[in-house]
Amino acid sequence: MTKDHEFAITATGLRKSYGDRTVLDGIDFRVPGGTVFSLLGPNGAGKTTAVNILSTLISADDGQARIAGHDLTAEAQAVRAAIGVTGQFSAVDGLITGEENMLLMADLHHLSRTAGRRVITELLERFDLADAAKKPASTYSGGMKRRLDIAMTLVGDPRIIFLDEPTTGLDPRSRHTMWQIIRELVSGGVTVFLTTQYLDEADQLADRIAVLNGGRLVAEGSAEELKRLVPGGHVRLRFSDPVAYERAATALRETTRDDAALAVQIPSDGTQRELRAILDWLDSAGIEADELSVHTPDLDDVFFALTGNPVPTQSTGSANPAGAADKENAR
Amino acid sequence: MSAAGHAFRDNLTMVRRSLLHARRYPSLTLNVLLTPVMLLLLFVYVFGNAMSAGITGGHADRAEYVAYLVPGVLLMTVGMISLGTAVSVATDMTEGIMARFRTMAISRPSVLVGHVIGSVIQTLLALVLILGIALAIGFRPHATPLDWLAAAGLMALVSLSLTWIAVGIGLVSPNAEGASNLGMPLTLLPLLSSAFVPVGTMPDGFRWFAEYQPFSPAIEALRGLLLGTHVGTRNAVLAVAWSLGLSLLGYLWSKARFNREPRR
Repeated sequence: MTKDHEFAITATGLRKSYGDRTVLDGIDFRVPGGTVFSLLGPNGAGKTTAVNILSTLISADDGQARIAGHDLTAEAQAVRAAIGVTGQFSAVDGLITGEENMLLMADLHHLSRTAGRRVITELLERFDLADAAKKPASTYSGGMKRRLDIAMTLVGDPRIIFLDEPTTGLDPRSRHTMWQIIRELVSGGVTVFLTTQYLDEADQLADRIAVLNGGRLVAEGSAEELKRLVPGGHVRLRFSDPVAYERAATALRETTRDDAALAVQIPSDGTQRELRAILDWLDSAGIEADELSVHTPDLDDVFFALTGNPVPTQSTGSANPAGAADKENAR
Repeated sequence: MSAAGHAFRDNLTMVRRSLLHARRYPSLTLNVLLTPVMLLLLFVYVFGNAMSAGITGGHADRAEYVAYLVPGVLLMTVGMISLGTAVSVATDMTEGIMARFRTMAISRPSVLVGHVIGSVIQTLLALVLILGIALAIGFRPHATPLDWLAAAGLMALVSLSLTWIAVGIGLVSPNAEGASNLGMPLTLLPLLSSAFVPVGTMPDGFRWFAEYQPFSPAIEALRGLLLGTHVGTRNAVLAVAWSLGLSLLGYLWSKARFNREPRR
């Protein structure tokens, strides 16, 4: 059993409500130092409220939390000195340039002129902002603003970083850049508390994932453990010929029918072996599907499994054996 | 560095931020200055003869009215710029950077102190500009260097007090429009003061109000200092008391509001 002081973040029974609306209904978790902990959930699940509480922006109605060994309420200023926060809405000063934003942070962290200059030059370089450093931050693109935001957070060299939906609204390239940044932070020993609504993001980055729904943690574990809870992986066959569809739907076992779309779903983990088995069976039965696509479990499936509340399904890509990439496009 | 040293440096940093904003977007301050400049020209060149005749009891003397009017316009300018501060504080509070400041281990009041000191510095610069225009249209002060120093101190003090009130107004306003409406008294009060006409010429109810409201004593004291006439102990005491009182009130109000949790 790990001792309390080895945890970067511990929370017990955090509660918060606004009027009649309960946003957090008693959540508990522990985050070991140097790991990535992801809070996964749909919009309105309470993710941002949790980050706001843990980053001292708002106070919880009930419950305790310790961050870097400091009590959240009694030693708020010590907590603030240990953390860095990049919220969902860019926390940059749009009226001044990127470089001036960085200088502002260096001054507020009480760095000397030379130390400040060195850190700023290095971070602007590292986040590919050196060319835009002299331009007002309000003229930056979404991805650039987010990079500046993180760079500003890193000026004080925080050991614990809160990232609230750091990739929401970013294009795929910027998202991968952000993932790379987060991986580098962790390899430097930083503890990252990450919220996201994307399972693949949590899957890529997090050591532990907690699923938040309606203010409660409905599951917690590694990505693998969570996926095992979710039976959402399947192969989908779509037909244009109603006769072929009817034959496939009646002949195949364990299928789910979708009469409107003339499509059947076969539970599958998406491995090469299972795909080959399905293809072999289709060949031998003389059935030809117009489209075949592989679906890996996603947030929709997790939510369906854990809460029984399906999220409206998104459009899915066409025949694509590399299921993960399929998800990427679907978003 | 000690905690006090850190707080001092944070204040300095925030003042720099405020001045940087002002330097990048000077149009905001310059727009605010249009009104007092226009009022100055209007009252001197259009109403000047009538106003001076009314005040001196017969003979029209525009030059004399310039001397009477300028101290009032100077303090009216202070009020107008403080309204600009209320608007910029309200805007600043809606910016994402505010959440960052709140989660950093900085001296919290420095966020507000930066606005206040930055605004007082801008006000003093603006007053130099207005004074330049006043001199150009015939304002001839009779002040000793010591009087000038006292006048500058008085204007800075009034600016400090009105700006702290303005910061409070900015903090309770949900947006820039709200701050602009709520802060209206900062620009309207000088109209009901001794800025344009002596309070003695006003009807009874107004006279009592005009005499004791924050602007009149300060205007009268400034008039005394710049024109080399009698300042009057009562005016001086009232002006300083109002300024210190409003500064303290505005500071405590703003601090309490800023420490309140942001609502979602």
